[in-house]
Amino acid sequence: MSVDLQTVKRVARLARIAVSEEDAERMTGELNAILGFVEQLNEVDVSGVEPMTSVIPMEMKKRPDVVTDGSKAADIVANAPATEENFFLVPKVVE
Amino acid sequence: MSDLTHLTISQARTKLRAKEITATEITEAYLQAIERANPTLNAYVVVTDDKARDMAKASDAKLAKGEGGTLEGIPLGIKDLFGTEGIHTQACSHVLDGFKPHYESTVTANLWADGAVMLGKLNMDEFAMGSSNETSHYGPVVNPWRRSRLDTVVMPTTHQGDGGFVSAGGTRTARTLDNAQLVPGGSSGGSASAVSALLCAGATATDTGGSIRQPAAFTGTVGIKPTYGRCSRWGIVAFASSLDQAGPIARDVRDAAILLKSMASVDPRDTTSVDRPVPDYEAAIGKPIKGMKVGIPKEYRVDGMPDEIEALWQKGIAWLKDAGAEIVDISLPHTKYALPAYYIVAPAEASSNLARYDGVRYGLRVPGKDIVDMYEKTRATGFGREVKRRIMIGTYVLSAGYYDAYYLQAQKVRNLIKRDFENAFAAGVDVLLTPATPSAAFGIADEDMAADPVKMYLNDIFTVTVNMAGLPGIAVPAGLDAKGLPLGLQLIGRPFDEETLFQTAHVIEQAAGTFQPEKWW
Repeated sequence: MSVDLQTVKRVARLARIAVSEEDAERMTGELNAILGFVEQLNEVDVSGVEPMTSVIPMEMKKRPDVVTDGSKAADIVANAPATEENFFLVPKVVE
Repeated sequence: MSDLTHLTISQARTKLRAKEITATEITEAYLQAIERANPTLNAYVVVTDDKARDMAKASDAKLAKGEGGTLEGIPLGIKDLFGTEGIHTQACSHVLDGFKPHYESTVTANLWADGAVMLGKLNMDEFAMGSSNETSHYGPVVNPWRRSRLDTVVMPTTHQGDGGFVSAGGTRTARTLDNAQLVPGGSSGGSASAVSALLCAGATATDTGGSIRQPAAFTGTVGIKPTYGRCSRWGIVAFASSLDQAGPIARDVRDAAILLKSMASVDPRDTTSVDRPVPDYEAAIGKPIKGMKVGIPKEYRVDGMPDEIEALWQKGIAWLKDAGAEIVDISLPHTKYALPAYYIVAPAEASSNLARYDGVRYGLRVPGKDIVDMYEKTRATGFGREVKRRIMIGTYVLSAGYYDAYYLQAQKVRNLIKRDFENAFAAGVDVLLTPATPSAAFGIADEDMAADPVKMYLNDIFTVTVNMAGLPGIAVPAGLDAKGLPLGLQLIGRPFDEETLFQTAHVIEQAAGTFQPEKWW
């Protein structure tokens, strides 16, 4: 499979990365080189093979459903570019 | 004072406990060495000198009372991927500008609890994506090793006195260092360069496809990626969650064992942290390997591999044989699919993990005409070229209609890669011996690598299988090539059998010796 310029622009939009025409053209070539390289996986017969989930068989760890952490609103917003009273500030989303 | 930087962790530990030296003295020695070397090598992105001095002082107070942990007073460098409370943590990305976490990663917290001293944060490829440390927002790291040329020098003929005595001219050989700057490998290039250049006693690193072992091999240092689940990933900036593991880069095998013992733990905050006690890795060093079965996988003999790498591998085989190990040829038939499967799994997971960098909660924000425009501009400005490339690949392979064809197929192939290893272990193989990298360190701004991303990815061809299978792997220096650059061998073990890796790596180290670059910086 290979990608064309339109697909690259669509993927960039999905990934929320602004790309110029020039970027998109360069990326098309690079992405096709990588996709060409991974193409060889199709020759592997995986019938009856489960996808890998863990290195050694282990059960998902569970813990009691109780509050163990929290009340750190100031810490959580401390690194944000724009905040007000422990809220993240973003450009207007709803008109 | 600068002599103190020559001490290994185990040597420094003894001298600190015996009160022959103080943590403050050794910390000052490293801070001085960093001040002199860092403008040239660019291994550190931040030097935490005040914090280092405070921590050293606290260590000295404990040591004076005969107290202190296993790493009391030992100065370490920390890869910028580890969250360190109140201190620059940016994964060497522009998108995390100014980020100072309000928490400490489990691995670094373990090191501080054992008394280690933090010297600063180490340079790395942006978000650990790279094999040369050239994708860092803070610029490339320079390898302290340089190529050298062996010249035959004709000794000048000297006349002495009137008697006309003429000394035998004769010849001698001399090494001349080349000026070309080489990469230290990546993504833990700052860690490897700093350890090799004696700018820290040891360093933390992380390995998703070879990011500990490849730079260790390029700098003549020892690097171990433990089994997936051995070190907690809590507080480490995520790249590809099913592959990421932390581990140390150190000057010798014993130091690596000491550091891993401290870094590893069982952590309820990481659900993939495996619930088994951390053994005393150091105790495995020096144990004989007589009767151990060492597997040599034939698929690791790849086209275009330099003869020197093959010769090094044969030398490693001979050393282990001499030490009483049994050498068996084995086959891991799915080896060649590991790298292509990795370049689906890792970008897919990265595209998901890096979705959080949107200019809202931390780091860089580039304003836009609306919120989507802000996201797109922030991410376009904040991420470097390699990171964008991987996010794009990941987004594409996970997009509607492609998930089964790419991601699911890759995860199934991954299981086959893991089964290859399981079959070898079931047949009685205790450890596998392979080259660590297909070449020695290459030049900064190598044109071939820059032109073709896949060529750069091939650096990880021998290391990436180990991440895909989740196994432990160690890179240990084994010799120098004709140009005087270090080359490494890799040992791969059963899950959670890091002890066998330290035991066997030590045998190689005993035979090969340790390697230090000639100081030019």
